Amino acid sequence: MYDMSALYEAQSVQDAIELRLAHPDAQIIAGGTDVLVQMREGKRAGKALISIQKIDSMRGVSLDEEENLRIGSLTSFTHITNDPLIQRYINVLGEAVDMVGGPQIRNAGTIGGNTCNGVTSADSASTLHAWDALIEITGKNGIRRVPIHDFYLKAGTVDLKVEEGEIQTAILIPKASYDRTFGHYIKYAMRNAMDIATLGTSVNARLSPDKKTFERVRIAFGVAGPVPLRATRAEAFINDKEVTLSNIEAFGKMVLEDINPRDSWRASKAFRQHIAVESAKRCLMESVTLAGGEL
Amino acid sequence: MGEVGKREVRVDAFDKATGRTKYYEDLMPAEALYARIKHSTIAHGFVTAVDTAEAEQIDGVVKVITCFDVPDRPFPTAGHPWSMDPHHQDVADRLLLNRHVRYYGDDVAVVIAENEVAAMQGVRALKVTYEELPFVLDVQKAMEDGAPQLHEAYPRNILNHTSIRNGDYETAVKEPGLIKVEGWYDTPTVQHCHIENHGCFAYEENGRMTVVSSTQIPHIVRRVVGQALGRPWGDIRLIKPYIGGGFGNKQDALYEPLCAYCSTQVGGRCVRVDCSREETFVSNRVRHAIRSHIISWLRPDGTFAARKLECFSSQGAYASHGHGIVAKGMGAFPQQYPCPNVEGDAYTVFCNKPAAGAMRGYGIPQAMFANESHIDECAKAVGMDPLAFRRQNLMPVGFKDGFSQNENYFDSYNQCMDKGKAYMDYDRKIKKYAQETGPIRHGIGVATFWYNTAVYPISLETSSNRMQLNLDGTVTMQCGETEIGQGADTVYAQMTADVLGLKSYKDVHVVSCQDTDITPTGLGAYASRQTYVAGFSIRQTGDLLKEKILNYASELNRQAPYNMDIVDGNIVRIGDGRVLMSLSELAMTAQYNPVHSEHLTAESTYTIRNNAYSFGCTFAEVEVDIPMCHVKLLNIINVHDCGRLINPALAEAQVHGGMSMAIGYGLSEQLLFDEKTGKPLNNNLLDYKLSTIMDHPHLEAEFVENPEPTSAFGTKALGEPPACSGAPAIRNAIYNATGVAINENPINPHILFKRFTEEGLIQD
Repeated sequence: MYDMSALYEAQSVQDAIELRLAHPDAQIIAGGTDVLVQMREGKRAGKALISIQKIDSMRGVSLDEEENLRIGSLTSFTHITNDPLIQRYINVLGEAVDMVGGPQIRNAGTIGGNTCNGVTSADSASTLHAWDALIEITGKNGIRRVPIHDFYLKAGTVDLKVEEGEIQTAILIPKASYDRTFGHYIKYAMRNAMDIATLGTSVNARLSPDKKTFERVRIAFGVAGPVPLRATRAEAFINDKEVTLSNIEAFGKMVLEDINPRDSWRASKAFRQHIAVESAKRCLMESVTLAGGEL
Repeated sequence: MGEVGKREVRVDAFDKATGRTKYYEDLMPAEALYARIKHSTIAHGFVTAVDTAEAEQIDGVVKVITCFDVPDRPFPTAGHPWSMDPHHQDVADRLLLNRHVRYYGDDVAVVIAENEVAAMQGVRALKVTYEELPFVLDVQKAMEDGAPQLHEAYPRNILNHTSIRNGDYETAVKEPGLIKVEGWYDTPTVQHCHIENHGCFAYEENGRMTVVSSTQIPHIVRRVVGQALGRPWGDIRLIKPYIGGGFGNKQDALYEPLCAYCSTQVGGRCVRVDCSREETFVSNRVRHAIRSHIISWLRPDGTFAARKLECFSSQGAYASHGHGIVAKGMGAFPQQYPCPNVEGDAYTVFCNKPAAGAMRGYGIPQAMFANESHIDECAKAVGMDPLAFRRQNLMPVGFKDGFSQNENYFDSYNQCMDKGKAYMDYDRKIKKYAQETGPIRHGIGVATFWYNTAVYPISLETSSNRMQLNLDGTVTMQCGETEIGQGADTVYAQMTADVLGLKSYKDVHVVSCQDTDITPTGLGAYASRQTYVAGFSIRQTGDLLKEKILNYASELNRQAPYNMDIVDGNIVRIGDGRVLMSLSELAMTAQYNPVHSEHLTAESTYTIRNNAYSFGCTFAEVEVDIPMCHVKLLNIINVHDCGRLINPALAEAQVHGGMSMAIGYGLSEQLLFDEKTGKPLNNNLLDYKLSTIMDHPHLEAEFVENPEPTSAFGTKALGEPPACSGAPAIRNAIYNATGVAINENPINPHILFKRFTEEGLIQD
């Protein structure tokens, strides 16, 4: 039995915006795998809920006219993992969200919820950061798009304006981002299922046509700071460098200049730093292999 | 005939698999009120006030009870048999609610409400003020002079201290040429994590109190509820339906006394207490964290000259099962690897943590982690293979323990290790893995375990049983040894069918639910005793019923009782095998005989004055990714000699479950506490790393079947032993792979990072 004061079920995006404007204190709920847990803990006890679960237009994966990949915010993790477009253009995202919780959570949980929750450990978040995803936000004044890096304001807070009635409606991966690009994600956790990342590392690489040079490498971490973050110094170092183990080794060490994990009872800073270096190397090596390069 | 030894399907399989089985919540009266508990948010201190005004205003709140309202009538909670000797009775240190709170999570007040939301809102609205006291979390710091004192009656917080002095340790260590091996070993606080949280409901009817509870020990909880309420034990009726596991947590009176008390405070209305998972971790029971210090003095040939053990058992805030746990672990020390000169000291010490109670293995998983880790270091110190070292030093055949009278009748240890070694392809792999030097390394570890089956002679062992012949020739059977998920009902049916000569175990209807108004008095499910102990009374009661049946058959068939037997559900003349009549015909005739009507039933009690050793081992194979501080368990096998298997399929399932528990104990599970506040940090199934199916390789269970000569059916302990040797086997496999000795569990990535850094395997 949940301590909620009301449940409003939006029938359309427009309906959701109106409900949000009418009930600014209400909590948006999609799959419920975070919100209901928080309510049970008493954190959102007594709140009203606006469910967007029935808005089918927000569900599914497609290519828009510019061949950008568009993922509806209500698309479940299971759906993403099994979607042919995802598998073709950004398979690593499907692999990453397949490591969320267990099968039941992945059937119910949505990628929109995963990002709107604003936590650094979300399994989709580091990959979306590493692939320069754009967040599509719809409000009473229409649609705006923000880079995912800007969408995360601080831990637990994202750029959604309640007074504008805004909700997140889609996540886009621009063609320029996924074209000829291959990536790998390592979820470092204390067990192989039903866990939250101790550290999430997502790397992708585009190699030169002869596969000898790194054309573009991007790397993002979850749980290496209060929000997911890119290791830009390491990226700058490796871009245009030759594909060699020693360059990858140096790239791994350089991530320490960009990340800022904290000491907590869940893991020490030193441990997370150590795993970040090792994961960065392994992810890049795997990305090279996926891209057809040799080491 | 011959149901014992068959892989029969569980009697409750269909209903459990389809969700039809009724647990306490399925039996809940619709009108039950919800009682929810306010737990302390400090680790130690006194409640000075509880402001209930706001809570009482909440719509739906019926009553608030605080620690200032309850009677000052201490009661014990441990699920031990009553002792007629007052000195051996359990420590009575519990009140229903506490003004003196002794751990973060102690029970301060209760809100009773018409629905769960109101009850929770009420709990959140209570304002508790405290006078805080210093607290202590570490077991050895709690023993220091000046440490915060939890219970007045126990100076330096020592609940109990017992010793072993065999031979002359001090003289023995002076023997020239001895090699000293010394280590400190730490095991963690873990929780049972049974799938069904504890809960119960209680109501008054005709002046008596009925409690329906998720418990392992209905008859004992009846007594405890009587003690807590200050009412005659006969006033209390305790009903135990099917339960979703217990593993020892429910071998304690948990919230039954408080629930019953709440009912008395609302005019006998039905009140329910349902623990959340968070409460289950903190405010039920946990496994004792035990720190052990072992010194072994070895001769160069790998024999022991002298050994010493000190262990410090963290009891938490209340006595519960108390010293029995570490005492059992220490008791194994001189038996598992006999040595003429042994000193042992075991301390059980209160500290400001959740109360530790019974948990599968009862001190032995802790003892085996320490001792079997230490044995591998002993083997290394004298340059012996760990297996060869064990074969040389483990308890020999013919060993007899003076206290328990337990005797090692068979070469179980070697037979079990032979099977494990063959399965693992041990010799070849050990040689191959020894060559590895890279970042990824492999290793194999072995650990054995010592166990005994029941609690004789420390406590009473008794089993009572009732059997009744039904009109269709089937038999209804009842006993006090409870089904808690382990499959007891099924093996009881198999044993009963064989004693009575029924055609199938399906012809036995085991009454699974224990109701203290109806069920013959028994002690419940604990230790590894259900099959062993119930077997005696099943055999004795079955023989009594059979005698009555044959006597009645004698009247009807004109044959002497000794010339008849029951075979496949028929009365048969032994001499020529002729079927005289079916049991159904006999039962119908007996019941409806106008001249001599008889309800054929038997009931008896058997007092067990034996116990039985149960031995075995685990072999584990690991892959260690050194830079990633990650252990992958590749292969694991448990081999057990638990005597004759009553049901091999259920025996394997029992071993699988125990192995899973051991994997979590070895690699991931640990309840953590904030050093600054004493607050539990990870009392939920996300942050407490119970291992999942994705963390398990195939679990191989094999057996050696040496029939136990003291047993009614040749069987002995299998309930707890599977959880005892897995963790040290994994630890020894990591030791074999990397050369790094890790003397604390769980061996999680944090510990590996620390130890690999210390040993230079990782250089950042």
